[in-house]
Amino acid sequence: MSSEHSTALAHQFDSPEQQKESATLGMWFFLAQEALFFGGLFVTYLLYRWRDPSAFAAGSHELDIVLGGFNTVVLIGSSLTMALAVRAAQTDRRRQLVGFLLATGGLGLVFLVVKYFEYAEKWHHHLIPGDAFHFAGPPGERTELFFSLYFAMTGMHALHMVIGVAVLAWILKRARAGEFGSHYYNPVECFGLYWHFVDIVWIFLFPLLYLIGRHYQAGG
Amino acid sequence: MSAHESAGKSYLEDGHGLKSWLLTFDHKRIGILYLLGVSFFFLLGGFFALLVRLELLTPQGDLLSPDAYNHVFTMHGVFMVFFFLIPAIPGTLGNFLLPIMIGAKDVAFPKLNLLSWYVFMAGGALTMYGLFTGGVDTGWTFYPPYSSLYSSSAVLPVGLGVFVNGFASILTGVNFMVTVHRMRAPGMTWFRLPLFVWSHYATSLIMVLGTPVVAITLVLLVLERLFHFGFFDAAKGGDPVLFQHLFWFYSHPAVYIMILPSMAVISELVAAFARKRIFGYHAVAFASIGIAVLGFLVWGHHMYVSSQSVYAGVVFSLLTMLVAIPSAIKVFNWTFTLYKGSVALEMPMLYAMGFLGLFTIGGLTGVFLGTLGFDVHVHDTYFVVAHFHYVMVGGTIMGYLGGLHYWWPKMTGRMYSKFWGLTSGWLVFVGFNLTFFPQFLLGVQGMPRRYHAYPDEWQVLNVLSGAGASVLGVGLLLPVVYFLWSLKHGPIAGPNPWGAFGLEWQTTSPPPTTNFLETPVIVHEAYDYESRAAGPAAETAPTSGR
Repeated sequence: MSSEHSTALAHQFDSPEQQKESATLGMWFFLAQEALFFGGLFVTYLLYRWRDPSAFAAGSHELDIVLGGFNTVVLIGSSLTMALAVRAAQTDRRRQLVGFLLATGGLGLVFLVVKYFEYAEKWHHHLIPGDAFHFAGPPGERTELFFSLYFAMTGMHALHMVIGVAVLAWILKRARAGEFGSHYYNPVECFGLYWHFVDIVWIFLFPLLYLIGRHYQAGG
Repeated sequence: MSAHESAGKSYLEDGHGLKSWLLTFDHKRIGILYLLGVSFFFLLGGFFALLVRLELLTPQGDLLSPDAYNHVFTMHGVFMVFFFLIPAIPGTLGNFLLPIMIGAKDVAFPKLNLLSWYVFMAGGALTMYGLFTGGVDTGWTFYPPYSSLYSSSAVLPVGLGVFVNGFASILTGVNFMVTVHRMRAPGMTWFRLPLFVWSHYATSLIMVLGTPVVAITLVLLVLERLFHFGFFDAAKGGDPVLFQHLFWFYSHPAVYIMILPSMAVISELVAAFARKRIFGYHAVAFASIGIAVLGFLVWGHHMYVSSQSVYAGVVFSLLTMLVAIPSAIKVFNWTFTLYKGSVALEMPMLYAMGFLGLFTIGGLTGVFLGTLGFDVHVHDTYFVVAHFHYVMVGGTIMGYLGGLHYWWPKMTGRMYSKFWGLTSGWLVFVGFNLTFFPQFLLGVQGMPRRYHAYPDEWQVLNVLSGAGASVLGVGLLLPVVYFLWSLKHGPIAGPNPWGAFGLEWQTTSPPPTTNFLETPVIVHEAYDYESRAAGPAAETAPTSGR
């Protein structure tokens, strides 16, 4: 958030502490905004699933639980490496910082590649909502809406991942230049908050989208 | 950004040329940029209002086709709501004054502040692109299926323009909140903050928590329109009413984004010209937060007739009436402040008095409309139109103009003509009432909104309304002339032309780039006129950089 003098104090602040507190507080307010943004999607999901649980279960059954589960592990792993990256910045271990940032970005890319294959598979099975949508279920069910929500929710999440990876590349460049250390690590810390937030969104998306089908199948 | 070598220079002289403005990080210059931006969109929105009133002069549709009329009132609403009313006061007066009032050098994130202006202008440009490629005929509310299946107009660019513009609000909100939390000068405790700052804090809260919801709603609408995702399409099991819920979850609180900053201005005007501390300072401060919080719980009162359950309607009706409590606390406390004060009827005070009367009418008719049974009777009639124009024009624009007239000498260093200021103020007041009071009567008689033609018996009231609108238009255009005139020919204002209390009046007019030459230390309560009048000891405290 404050990049004009990467290590020095921006002109509007009196002290580095004030600058650091402002940056993190601003990030938390921004994340509150993000929570409300995704909140609109979750409310939509809640309404339609409540109205038609069986259609959602049938749709959920079409999702690939192995790939979804794999991606969940990948994202949690990336949150771990991100947390370690922040720790490395705070303790002046710059080579570790670069390594952990690279690992975080790599895991993020793995997630996006897996997501691409999942989307492609839906395309082949005509499960993209819209005029070409075809699902062999009872007519009048909201299965198409399930897939609309699947693509809107995971798509919006993936967009946040793409933005995250792009910002990460910029942070990585600055980390390589040796800008961060115990004296100044606001961008690393704020980006870490963002990355964890995007991870947490997925922690909700995964069970809501992938797992409800298994539950209904087991129960009959 | 060169804070050191420019110390002492006024922010207007610190850098010349277009580039020094377009790439500035100075909150004061960004405030001026916002002033130019919102003024442009206000004129655009006003042009469409003019077309509406012209069409309604006669009962038949003889100027505009029904379809063109739909476009015209929609574009009036879109530009006025999203590109004028929401950003006007926070963007111009808020940006300019909030850091100065708390004794800071700038907002917490100056770059984001500039970005917010560009995002705002980009949203406006996208919306104007939509205007020139077909316009929109859905009403500013974009209800599906008007906006999804049945509109051949440019819903996409306009919807995206409003979406983009939302992020300008969010950036401003985050910036203001962090600034108030972290940038206050030594001694500036929360309860020494001017009420302007409290009200802007409450506004920011709504911007940050409300705007993202309308943003995602517009994304869903775009997905529906582009790819037929079906979220609001009943044929696919979707629900068009869900859109209304999500839309009003933001757009009702957005009404408080518009009115709270105006209340912020009124608090300052009343204290300055009554030469008194605001009566019940704490109550007014908390009323701002109360309005912000309650504002999130009342969206259902827009949907009494939209298949919402009657029980939900009753609850929303009750919650809506609760909003009247903090609003009335403010109005009563301003009135008590004036009571037995030696009120100086300076030019900006005219707007504050106008606000008190007009906002009271707007607010009370809001209670009428919050009442379930009465609302069903006047739903979608001119009663609703009159009500929200009393709040938006009688409230927000009165506050905005009052604020501009009050702080203009601070922003530019020059004073405008008092005579023309008073003339304009009276024209606005009389023209406004003549425009919108007849619409209450039309509404009660059942004239529906958004129609281009009407039965003959309503012509007299409509002509009155049109006549009022032309007076109002003249009153609103006059300030453009005398403000511009004052830039070159106005008398030099001096640091404190009103003899008011507050940090912004302790620095020069116009202020230096860093706002203060040395960081002020605050030892007084806000509006502490009593102690200033007490004697020379207190008098010297401000000049030594308080």
